[in-house]
Amino acid sequence: MDTLHKSKSLFEPSIVGPAIIDSIKKLDPRHHIKNPVMFVVLVGSIFTTGLYIQALLGHGEAPASFILSITLWLWFTLIFANFSEAMAEGRGKAQAASLRKARKDILAKKLSKPEHGSAYEKIPASKLRKQDIVIVEAGDIIPMDGEIIEGIASVDESAITGESAPVIRESGGDRSAVTGGTRVLSDWIIVRVSANPGETFLDHMIAMVEGAKRQKTPNEIALSILLAVFTLIFLLATVTLLPFSIYSITSAGHGAQVTVTVLVALLVCLIPTTIGGLLPAIGIAGMDRMIQANVIATSGRAVEAAGDVDVLLLDKTGTVTLGNRQAVSFIPTKNISVKALADAAQLASLSDETPEGRSVVILAKEKYGIRERQIHELNARFIPFSAQTRMSGVDLGDGRQIRKGSSDAIEEYVKKLDGSFPEDLKTEIASIARNGGTPLVVTEQKNVLGVIQLKDVVKGGIKERFAELRSMGIKTIMITGDNPLTAAAIAVEAGMDDFLAQATPETKLKLIRDMQTGGRLVAMTGDGTNDAPALAQADVAVAMNTGTQAAKEAGNMIDLDSNPTKLIEVVKIGKQLLITRGSLTTFSISNDISKYFAIIPAAFAGTYPALKVLNIMHLATPESAVLSAVIFNALIIVFLIPLALRGVKYKPMPANRLLRDNLLVYGVGGIIAPFIGIKLIDMILVALNLVR
Amino acid sequence: MNREQIKPAVLCFTALTLITGIIYPLFVTVVAQLFFKNQANGSIIFQNGKPVGSTLIGQTFDDPKYLWGRLSATSPVSFNAASSSGSNMGPLNPALIEMVKTRLNALKTSEPDNSKPVPVDLVTSSASGLDPHISLAAAYYQVPRIAQLRKLEQKEVKEIIIKNTRSRLLGLIGEPVVNVLQVNLELDTYKR
Amino acid sequence: MISNNIIQSGIFLFVLVLAAKPLGIYMARIYEGKPAGINTWFGWLERWIYRFANINPEISMSWKTYAVAMMFFNMFGILVVYVLQRLQSILPLNPMSISSVAPDLAFNTAVSFATNTNWQSYGGETTLSYFSQMVGLTVQNFVSAATGMAVLVALIRGFVQKQVETIGNFWVDLVRSTLYILIPLALILSLVLVSQGVVQTFKPYTKVTVLQPVKDSNGNMIEEQVLALGPAASQVAIKQLGTNGGGFFNVNSAHPFENPTALSNFLEVLAILLISAALCYTFGVIVRDKRQGWALLAAMLIIFIPCLLFCIHMEQNGNPLLNNLGINQKTSALQSGGNMEGKESRFGIASSAIWATATTAASNGSVNSMHDSYMPLGGMIPMWLMQLGEVIFGGVGSGLYGMIAFVIIAVFIAGLMIGRTPEYLVKKIESYEMKMASLMILIPPIIVLVGTATAVILTQGRQAILNPGPHGFSEVLYAFSSAGNNNGSAFAGLSTNNIFYNIALGIAMFFARYWLAIPTLAIAGSLSKKKLVPATQGTLPTHTLLFIIFLVMIVLIVGALTFLPALALGPIVEHLMLVGT
Repeated sequence: MDTLHKSKSLFEPSIVGPAIIDSIKKLDPRHHIKNPVMFVVLVGSIFTTGLYIQALLGHGEAPASFILSITLWLWFTLIFANFSEAMAEGRGKAQAASLRKARKDILAKKLSKPEHGSAYEKIPASKLRKQDIVIVEAGDIIPMDGEIIEGIASVDESAITGESAPVIRESGGDRSAVTGGTRVLSDWIIVRVSANPGETFLDHMIAMVEGAKRQKTPNEIALSILLAVFTLIFLLATVTLLPFSIYSITSAGHGAQVTVTVLVALLVCLIPTTIGGLLPAIGIAGMDRMIQANVIATSGRAVEAAGDVDVLLLDKTGTVTLGNRQAVSFIPTKNISVKALADAAQLASLSDETPEGRSVVILAKEKYGIRERQIHELNARFIPFSAQTRMSGVDLGDGRQIRKGSSDAIEEYVKKLDGSFPEDLKTEIASIARNGGTPLVVTEQKNVLGVIQLKDVVKGGIKERFAELRSMGIKTIMITGDNPLTAAAIAVEAGMDDFLAQATPETKLKLIRDMQTGGRLVAMTGDGTNDAPALAQADVAVAMNTGTQAAKEAGNMIDLDSNPTKLIEVVKIGKQLLITRGSLTTFSISNDISKYFAIIPAAFAGTYPALKVLNIMHLATPESAVLSAVIFNALIIVFLIPLALRGVKYKPMPANRLLRDNLLVYGVGGIIAPFIGIKLIDMILVALNLVR
Repeated sequence: MNREQIKPAVLCFTALTLITGIIYPLFVTVVAQLFFKNQANGSIIFQNGKPVGSTLIGQTFDDPKYLWGRLSATSPVSFNAASSSGSNMGPLNPALIEMVKTRLNALKTSEPDNSKPVPVDLVTSSASGLDPHISLAAAYYQVPRIAQLRKLEQKEVKEIIIKNTRSRLLGLIGEPVVNVLQVNLELDTYKR
Repeated sequence: MISNNIIQSGIFLFVLVLAAKPLGIYMARIYEGKPAGINTWFGWLERWIYRFANINPEISMSWKTYAVAMMFFNMFGILVVYVLQRLQSILPLNPMSISSVAPDLAFNTAVSFATNTNWQSYGGETTLSYFSQMVGLTVQNFVSAATGMAVLVALIRGFVQKQVETIGNFWVDLVRSTLYILIPLALILSLVLVSQGVVQTFKPYTKVTVLQPVKDSNGNMIEEQVLALGPAASQVAIKQLGTNGGGFFNVNSAHPFENPTALSNFLEVLAILLISAALCYTFGVIVRDKRQGWALLAAMLIIFIPCLLFCIHMEQNGNPLLNNLGINQKTSALQSGGNMEGKESRFGIASSAIWATATTAASNGSVNSMHDSYMPLGGMIPMWLMQLGEVIFGGVGSGLYGMIAFVIIAVFIAGLMIGRTPEYLVKKIESYEMKMASLMILIPPIIVLVGTATAVILTQGRQAILNPGPHGFSEVLYAFSSAGNNNGSAFAGLSTNNIFYNIALGIAMFFARYWLAIPTLAIAGSLSKKKLVPATQGTLPTHTLLFIIFLVMIVLIVGALTFLPALALGPIVEHLMLVGT
């Protein structure tokens, strides 16, 4: 299954071969009718082919060999464009093929009643329908997408995610969804089928990578309009050259009318064939890059929208911070040494297996060198946390009773023992809370020792990523159940722009709606069922693959790695898709300047010899000038296929700088490159004696 | 539903025609006739009560004793102030070169021993065909001829020219020009 | 030393930019309905018009209603001008008893003036009565300009409004543009012009006795000169201000009675660009971001200034063919020198070239020199400026909305290049706007190229050509470039007063005007419906030098790529032939 995720070399023979065949098949006019640029090339090619036949019959407007060379290169232009599309599709097809292997028709164990142990019959998975109940036992392949209604199991989802480590799936909660084609490794689960055959996640995925469901995205439509307009303008500019040429001959009194072959060549050179030819490939390759990032988008529109996102909603836990709070310092009360506090805190936490508890033990050990002791050596008894006491702790063999808990719980406890809560500690506690930490007070009987400061630990490097996002113009908002004080402190520490504290599904949904009313595009990640409304409302909604079925259905992308920071990748890929289109459009149009300098003098020097001055590239003959321009125009498509498939490199930076850099490379470069290219081709043609 | 815009279209047009097509030009005319009577009526030059021309409209001069002005492409007669027109000849038009040569010949014939290069505005036609001016260079070019034929000092002719020269606006805008008709009127009445 | 040509250009541009700001602020106040002096003093007149014409100024129209109102108004205007010309002989104020105008010429002239093109197939003093000039043409000079301004204001509202279905009231925008902006400026300018010698009278043409009698082409001795007069100043002022350009006399502002002095010339050429430049500032004020207005003005100047300098350079260099004849074309304290064919002495090279560049950058089309007689590349500049789509200043209103169409194309491509759906002024630009903007940049080239191609094929088209060689082709190309972009200036050697050109150019002007105005209103409607998108760091700023240069490149590349082949067969080859000989 790892073929799916391994980044393939661009020109892998297994893809190139079929792509070549496909690119010939795609010469079908029906294929090009939707792409006006390439359709014009097709018509032009057919036209010059006709002119060639006419020349063979002895009525040629130009030497047959010249018409033939132009004709061949026009056909090559088409084939090269088709090839780029076939290549992009080929990569998708290869991935689809490997996904299909996961969709072997297997036998499902359909239960008569939704209870473990009830009788089942074995039927082919393709006969299963929504709401059917199946049991899947260790070693079985899950026959269809569904929701676990009973049981817990470890599941190998590598067929979908490429991740070989098994994951836990259980009924209830946010990990209840299972995907058809994955394998149960241990235990058993009872699953309610949630999709009919052909509508499963795997089916969607295959369709997506194959590009079968590809629809034009809004920006792609707008770009197509622009390209069609350019095509129309150039069509007119070239077609009207014929009467202009006829008039010029009359007024100059000599000269030969410009040949239709040259006009067709000029037309094909001028219309934006580079971007027109590569446009489908760029779109397909964009989806492909999403898949390589292990994100399945339900539509190209979503991918494109990702590039436009200006607000990211990120859950605090797991995204901004490490999963849990950690102890960061011990603050003793008056007359108590730090070491004593650390010792007591560690003792109280020895049996506390929560991450917070473990972090107290580790902090005491690492910072104060207090050896980790075994609870049975101390003859101690662990007092677990209970909802009544809201404390946990330990009763040692020597009679010491150590408790830790929230400040009010401990205060209550101490007062019961006729002790008093030290005033100095209260200010400490308040300051910890203010700074986004959680205070945990430690007491030995009625003697309060001090406080443990627990803090959310912001993930390393996350601040830099947010700064990157900010430079891209994207605002980050942290979603958390914490109180506003804590939330604000963490948001500041992580370098986020804003936060939503004490978040509920309703407040989340409201936040997204408000943002959208303000004209912003909102992206979020989510996994739980309670995230579903917000996911459905967000413009770009990435559901975790580990999440519930409801979340997955509400989102428009699914992250197979279930990595909440993946949103940032998604945004980048979305932008890259647009940038590639824009850059190649600019390049394509910039190219035209040099082509004029090649073709205009060649076409009209017969009528007006003075125009030879415009042949600034000093191309050998009019024929080689026209031919060189056409060859360049065809070859540039091939040269740019890798760029189209890989996408233009994107580094986050402010819009103005990004535009400047891309303009320099693709605009200025687009003006200069063809001058060099056409001259080189001309020199080669001359060297090989291919032109007169 | 949009047909209801027809009535406002017609009425609004009528109202605006009244304001911009009748009241506005009438108002301008009244003010112009009150305050700028001479200019508003064509800046006519009167001599002995008779109109002899306009300071703004050139006349044809090909008599060597007069200062010559620009060429005029109006028809049927040059400097036809009832039908302004330029030559509209392109720079490569052989007819343009012919026209220039004809004028050059006329200049040479009237003053065979003047071998100075001819100022360009003296051999080209103006845009309006009514240009009342020529450049100082073109006027000075003709000074020896006029002085000789009128038996005047060259200095005297130059003085008349300078008197009828308008310099640039603020010394910067436009070109310094000599009013040909005014120079010739003055030459004819000039007495030492 | 800096040549006088540069000094004159510098002063012109300096005064233009200086004047743009106060006028821009004033116009913004007028359009936003804030008190600005004149609109409070003459509010009664505005209200009287609404009452008279059954207009409820409070109603805001959908873009379609706005377009329909505009079209009815303009169609009725065309009809009136046509009828006035056809009935000229029986209408008053015709002291020279000029006969009625032929149907094809009347059609051409009516369309020409309603579309703010003001192409002159007619010769003012020989074809039209004072009545036709005043009630027909002067009125159109005002209202066609006001129409363009109204459409622009509707578009600007599209950027400011959020989520509404309407774009304003056409009648209000039209009336306010006329009453508060065009009339006051025209009044001031016309009176200054009269003081300089521009005629303003209802008297018949006057006769003077010439100093030296002269033979006409039939050999008759002519002793009298007939001076054509008329109410010229009132019309000249508005034809300059409203980017109309239709002259009172045949040779337009080259005529000494239309443009007698250096001062009148300076003010008239300033008036050509004044409102269009100031509207950029108005735009900035209304969208609450003045930098956007300056940016558009800067983009226009970046194209305008090099064109101007190049044109001056080519004209100042003169005609090499004349150098061979021993003619002095060098500039000196005593003469401007240069290519003086078809230029007035009082204007010389600088004032003529500034005018030629300004009148074609703006879609004015008035002339103070004969463009047909320009050097090949000197004359290519006016032609090319029109072919750029009349967006470098352009017509009042129409120039800026044309430029905004280019901005839409530019932000779209730039948006793609930075990986974002494009935005302009807190509005998202989507495929609908792209469609309409594309239409706007597509229509003019179609008209120009197809028109020119048709004309050079047809005998009627070819027979009208005056100059031989590639220059003849340039004449036809210029004519359609002018009509297809609503400019109105001409390579006047082409005799266009015949059925073919009157009809073909009439149709060209019609489509060039309304097929651009209607998509503009459609964009206004679509933008008005959108919500505002707040700008972020990721939003492409559209006031930076980089974006300005990018916009300029888009305008130039579309213009250059579309017309380079045609230009190569006209002015470019003519130039190469000239330097080659």
